[in-house]
Amino acid sequence: MQKLRFLIALAAAKLSIVALKITGHNGTNFPGVLAIRICPDFIKHIGKPKNVIAVTGTNGKTTTCNMILDALAMEGKTVVNNRMGSNINSGIATSLIQNATLTGKCKLDMGVFEVDERSALRIFPYLKPDYMVITNLSRDSIMRNGHPEYISGILTRYIPKETKLILNADDLICSQVAPENSRVYFGIEKMDSDKEKCHNLIQDFQICPKCLHKLAYEYVRYSHIGKAYCPECGYKAPAYDYAGCNVNQDAMTIDIRENGQQVTYRLLNDSVYNIYNVVSAVALFRELGYPSEKIQSFFNNMNIVGTRYDIKEVGNSRIHLMLAKDKNAFAGSRVFEYIAQANGTKEIIIMNSCQDDAVHWSENICWLYDCDFEFLNNEDIKNIVVCGPRVKDYRLRLLLAGVDDSRISYTDKEIDAPDQLKYFENDNIYVLYGTDSITLGYKVADKVADHIERSKA
Amino acid sequence: MKIEVLFPEICNLYGELTNVSYLEKSLNTVEIVETNLTDEPLFAAEMPDLIYMGTMSENSQLLVIEKLTEYKARIRELIKEGANFLITGNALEVFGEEIIDKDGTIVKGLGLFPFKTKRDMMNRFNSLYLGDYEDMKIVGFKSQFTHSYWNEGADEKPLFDTLRGPGLNPDIKGEGICENNFMATYVIGPILVLNPPLAKHIMKKCGIDNPTLAFEDAAMEAYNARVTEYSDEKTGFYY
Repeated sequence: MQKLRFLIALAAAKLSIVALKITGHNGTNFPGVLAIRICPDFIKHIGKPKNVIAVTGTNGKTTTCNMILDALAMEGKTVVNNRMGSNINSGIATSLIQNATLTGKCKLDMGVFEVDERSALRIFPYLKPDYMVITNLSRDSIMRNGHPEYISGILTRYIPKETKLILNADDLICSQVAPENSRVYFGIEKMDSDKEKCHNLIQDFQICPKCLHKLAYEYVRYSHIGKAYCPECGYKAPAYDYAGCNVNQDAMTIDIRENGQQVTYRLLNDSVYNIYNVVSAVALFRELGYPSEKIQSFFNNMNIVGTRYDIKEVGNSRIHLMLAKDKNAFAGSRVFEYIAQANGTKEIIIMNSCQDDAVHWSENICWLYDCDFEFLNNEDIKNIVVCGPRVKDYRLRLLLAGVDDSRISYTDKEIDAPDQLKYFENDNIYVLYGTDSITLGYKVADKVADHIERSKA
Repeated sequence: MKIEVLFPEICNLYGELTNVSYLEKSLNTVEIVETNLTDEPLFAAEMPDLIYMGTMSENSQLLVIEKLTEYKARIRELIKEGANFLITGNALEVFGEEIIDKDGTIVKGLGLFPFKTKRDMMNRFNSLYLGDYEDMKIVGFKSQFTHSYWNEGADEKPLFDTLRGPGLNPDIKGEGICENNFMATYVIGPILVLNPPLAKHIMKKCGIDNPTLAFEDAAMEAYNARVTEYSDEKTGFYY
C-alpha cells in the first residue's frame, strides 16, 4: 500500500514537472510539495544517490554549497542538488524527483544538498549523508529558529549516526553538535583583525559548559566565533584538523594546514565569513580524497554568486549590492562590520525589512536590537537611507546606536530611496536587501546607477 | 538608580538587554550590576531599584532555577516588600511551579506563583501583542514554545489586559504576572524601547521624578505608529 502511494505521488510529481515546464514555471518546489502531500514519507521511498553530501548551518550554507557544486561541475560531474529550489524537505524531494526514473530509482551517483537546519527532522530520517558540513550556528529568525541551542539540539537529535561531520571549531555551538558522530574540525588561526574580547551584541556561548564560569578568548572575530577557553577549569575549543592561516586579504589567499602540510588557496571574497566558507569547502574536498592541487584549481576558477554580493562601477562611484538577510541579526552585523571596515566615502540604503511580513502581519523587529547597528556610527558613512515598512523603527535603532540624526534619511518606499542619497564624489553606495527583496534591491541599484549616469551627462 | 541584571551571560535573547541599556541611556546616573551564575546576587543583601531578567534557552532555565532556588525565600520577601522586578519572555516561567515538556520531562520551578507551563518544542507560537496596562497601550511580540496556565482556583494576578493576541495562554485575556511591583510578561524583546510610556512608568516606580527618555520623540513616533497598526483589525496578528 505504501509502495503504491509512493508510485502515485511520484507519477503525479513527474507530471507536474512537465506541466510546470510547459507553463514556464521552472525552479519551484511544487513537485516535492505535491509528492509529500500524497505520500508524507516520500523521501524515504524515492531512490537516493549512493554518495550524499549535506551542508547546513545558519549562515554560509548557500555559498558553500554553490562552491561545492561549481567545483564538481568543473570535474564534469552531474550531481543531484537543490540549488534551484528550497532547502527544506519539499525542495530536496523536488531535486530527487527530477533525477529519478519513472519507477523512482536515482539516475545519478552523487547528491549535494543544502539543508535548512530547522528541517533536519523532516529530512534526515530518510536521507543519510556520508558527509555533512556545518558552517556555523548562530541566532537567526526569532519566529522560526528560536535560539541556536534549539537548532543545535535538533541537529544532534536527527543527524544520522553514520554521517561524518565537518565542523567549525571556532564556533562552540557548532562544534558540539552530535558528539557521538565521527568528525573533523576546521578553523582559522589568529588574524590581524582579531580581538581579545567580543565586541558584538550577540554573544551566544559565554559560559564554560563544564564549570559555568565565563569563557575567555585567545582571539575572537565576532560574537562567539573565535578560539575560546575557560580560565577557571581549562576547558578548550577543539583543535583544528584543517587550519586556515596566513590570510592575505591583499593577495586574496589563505594557507590551509593539514597534518603539517600547508597549501595556498585563492579566496573569493575578503569578508571573514566567506573565508570560513572556503576553509569548510576545502576540508570537505580533502575528506572526499581530492588532491590539494585539484582543489586549488577549483578555487582559481570560481566566483561567489551575484545575488549575495555584486558591485557595479558607475562613473567614479561604486554601487555595492549586498544581501543582508532580513530578521537575521547575526548576518546583518557581519554586513555592517564589513561596510564599516571598507575604505572610502560611503552611503547606505537599508531596505531589508521583510516584505512578506509587511503584507501578512507586522515584522517582529526584536532582531534590530541584536544587530550591531553601532558599526554604522562611523565617520566615513555619510548618509544612511532607511526605507520601507519599518522606517520609524530603523531610525530609532540608528539613533540609539549613536548615529547622528543628520546622517539619517528616510522614505517610506524603497524605490524612492535613491532620491535621498547625496551622491558624493567617489562614493560607495551600499544597497542592502533582504532575502525577499533581491529583485527590488536590483531595481533600486539600477535607479541609483541611472541617477549617477544622468548627473554625469 | 541601581539596576541588577540577572545572568546577562545567558538571559540575553531577542535584544532584551536593550531594556536595561535604554534606561541607562535615558538616565544621567544609573548603576548597572550584572550578576553572573557564579556570583552572589546583589538582591541577597540589598534591594536594588530594579531587578531585570530576560529570555533564555530551555537549558539555561535549568541553570537559573537551580541558582535562584537558593534565594527563593529572599525573592518572596522582596516581592512582598515591593521590590521592582521586570521579567520578560520565558524568564517568567522560572517563577512558576513546573515546566512540563510534551516529551514528558518536568522541570520544577521556584513555585512562587500558582501556575504551570506547558512546553512543545516542535511548535513555536508567534504573534503580535496589544494590551492595556493602567492608562497606556502595550505593544510587542510573542515568540515562544510554551504557554502558562494558572492553577484551578488560583488567585490570578495578570499584568496586562489583552486586547489582541494571546494572554498567558491563548484561552485567557490576562497576560503576565503582577504582584506588588513584580512585573513579568511573555512579551519579548526591547519592550521598554517599544513602549516609552511603560519605560517612564517603571522609571517613576524606581523613584525617578519627571523622567525623560533617550530619543523620546523618535521612540514615541515609532510607538504611536505601532499602536495604530496593531489596533487596525486588518493587521494580521499570528505568524
